[in-house]
Formats: sequence, C-alpha cells, structure tokens
Amino acid sequence: MWKRDEAVKPTSQPTPAAPVASNVQPSAPVAQQVEPRRIERDLVNIGKSVVIKGELSGSEDLTIEGQVEGKIELKDHLLTIGPNARIKAQVFAKTVIVLGEVNGNVSASEKVEIRDGGSVDGDIVSPRVAIAEGAHFRGSVDMQKKAGSVSTTASSSVKPAPAPAVAQAAQPAAH
Amino acid sequence: MAFSDLFSRRRKDEPDLDTGAAKAPVHSTKVLAKFIASLNGRNSPVLLDLGSVTGSNVTFFGERLGCKIIVEDLSKDIDRAVKEKTIPELPAHFARRFSQPDASVDGILCWDVFDYLDKHAAAALAKQMVRLLKPDGVVLAFFNTLEPKEPNAAIYTKHVVVDAAHLQYRPYPAARGKQRPFQNRDIQRMFEPLRITEQFLLKSQQREMLFRKAGEAAPAGAGA
Repeated sequence: MWKRDEAVKPTSQPTPAAPVASNVQPSAPVAQQVEPRRIERDLVNIGKSVVIKGELSGSEDLTIEGQVEGKIELKDHLLTIGPNARIKAQVFAKTVIVLGEVNGNVSASEKVEIRDGGSVDGDIVSPRVAIAEGAHFRGSVDMQKKAGSVSTTASSSVKPAPAPAVAQAAQPAAH
Repeated sequence: MAFSDLFSRRRKDEPDLDTGAAKAPVHSTKVLAKFIASLNGRNSPVLLDLGSVTGSNVTFFGERLGCKIIVEDLSKDIDRAVKEKTIPELPAHFARRFSQPDASVDGILCWDVFDYLDKHAAAALAKQMVRLLKPDGVVLAFFNTLEPKEPNAAIYTKHVVVDAAHLQYRPYPAARGKQRPFQNRDIQRMFEPLRITEQFLLKSQQREMLFRKAGEAAPAGAGA
C-alpha cells in the first residue's frame, strides 16, 4: 500500500539541488549523473583550492570558492562568488552574488548583489544593484536601464509614487 | 498578496540587505528634493557620492535618475589620515584623490564630510568639487553650525535616503570628531565660483546647501 511507485516520479516538485563538487569546466555537465533528476538546476562549484587563470565561461549557474584571474562569462546564469573566493577578473553574468572578494568590473543583465562581508573594487553595470550594510564597495554603479527593463525596474522604486524619471531612463547607456 | 505589499519598500523576492536600518532617527531634508529635481531632466547623469557606501541610496538614485553613481567614501580617507597621523597632508591628498576628468560629474553628494575637515583640507576638497562639476551641475552639502562639544564624540553619520524629503541618520564610529563649523562666507569662498542656490537651516542646527555651477548656455527648464 505504501510502496512508492517508481515509475511515476513527481515532476513539478522542485527539489534542492545537489552541487557537483569541484567541476572546473562549467560548460560540460556530467550527463549520466544528472539524467535521473533532469529537472534540478545544475550547480557547479569551483572549490577553495582551485586557481584558474584565463577565461571561464559556461552555460549553467556557478559558485566559485577559489581564485580566478582573467575573465568570467556566464551570460544567462547566476554566478555566486563565495565567501572564500578571490576574483581578479572582469565578470559578466545574468545575476552576480558576491560574498567574497572581487577586483574588477562586474556586469550583470539582471542584478548584482554584494552581501554582508562581500567586497567589490571595480565598476558595476546592472539594472538592479543591492549592496548590504557590511559590504565593501569602491567604484561606480551604472544602473541605466535598457528599454525592455524600464517597467520592471521602475516598479521596485523606493517610493510608491510613480517615478517621473522613467522616460529618460530608457536612454541608451552612454558610459 | 496583502494590499500593503503593493507599497512595500522592497521587492518580495529580495532579501532585506540593509539590516542596520532599524531604529536610527529620520530627519526631514529640504535640499535633497531640489538636488534630485536639478538632475531629473538630464540624460544619463553622473553622480559622485562622497559618503559611505549605502546600498539603498545607490538603488534610490539609480532608479530615480537612471544615473551612473561613483562612490568615493572620504570617511575612510579621513580615518586613514588620523591613524597614520597625516592630517596636515589631507589637502595634498585631496588634490590628487579624484581621477575623474574636469567637468565630468553632474551632481555631487558631499553630505556632512566638510564637518570633519579643517579649513585647508576643506578648501582643497571644495576646489576638486568645482573642478569635477559640469556646467550647471549641483553639489549637496550639509554644514554643522554648532561648536563641537567637549569631549568631541568621534562619530560619522550615514545619510540614508528614505524618500526625497527624509533622511535617516545612522551613526557609526569614526576616527575623528566634527571640527569647528565654517562661517557662511568661508563656505561661499571655498566653493567659488559656484553659487549657493538653496540654503536651509534645520531645527537640528544643520545647514543644508545646494551649490550650482554656472551653465555654459542656459538650458531649457532647469529646476529650482
């Protein structure tokens, strides 16, 4: 009666993702391991002891705990820079969450978050930026919105009153 | 979804990152709205913030003005100078501190940084402000009018924008207390050739000032 029917697996229920430890090549997911749980989000970790010099690009979410020097590009994915990570690189991603140290410019198409204890020395370009109370930041923040993102970003304005700056926010970036 | 959620300050999917916001006092401000109005009509303005990094301020100005914000926290420079006992060198430090080119900034948020500087350092900093400011650019600055108490508490104030009319004052430890207040004429001289276009003396005995650099050509519909 209580025996689980192995043939019918729940498909809509999100399960916590299990990270694949120390996979340095985020663009090459391990097909056999992932197959039974195809719905899970792929998470790749770069461990504390890993040092990468050069260009790092991929098509899945990535967490870095080690050191990277050069360039990181995850255009449509989340990049988490862990508390132990030391990055000296130009960073491009959809969303960037910083808990460690970044020396270099950070560019995100969606959002950049510097959390408590995180540090960024460089310029940030992103339509949404959140800097926590205990975070370190030195550089500039460019939040100029692209035409498509105006309505969503304006809705998160601090004041509930309609923001008058919406029209000019649609201007293309000049910097 | 509750009705109040529509007016909540943050998005529901965002964590509350400014946890220190809790119970610091909120003060009204007259000059901030004028500052914002001055920058509102500009195409991709550049803002220079000399205060400590405040995430919600970055969000506020970024979303209100669609601007680029450069954060240069001068309180750290002052702290370093105190620790290294190089306060007399602050004027020279400020003279080479800002790498931005002349006339490259539309607005400068000085907050109360001048309260922590002596006359020479303040003059050197003001000179840099004038250099960096674009024609018709604006500077917001607060000046204490009271003599510092003895013993002088070493506390900085983080000015967190609640809205265009209110600021939350969040104190945090400093290496140096406020210095003697500047006279109006001293301030005027320091910032020459900028004009003081707005000046308010608040109940807290703080002077709020808005400076403006003369425009090259009169722009249509300038604020204030």
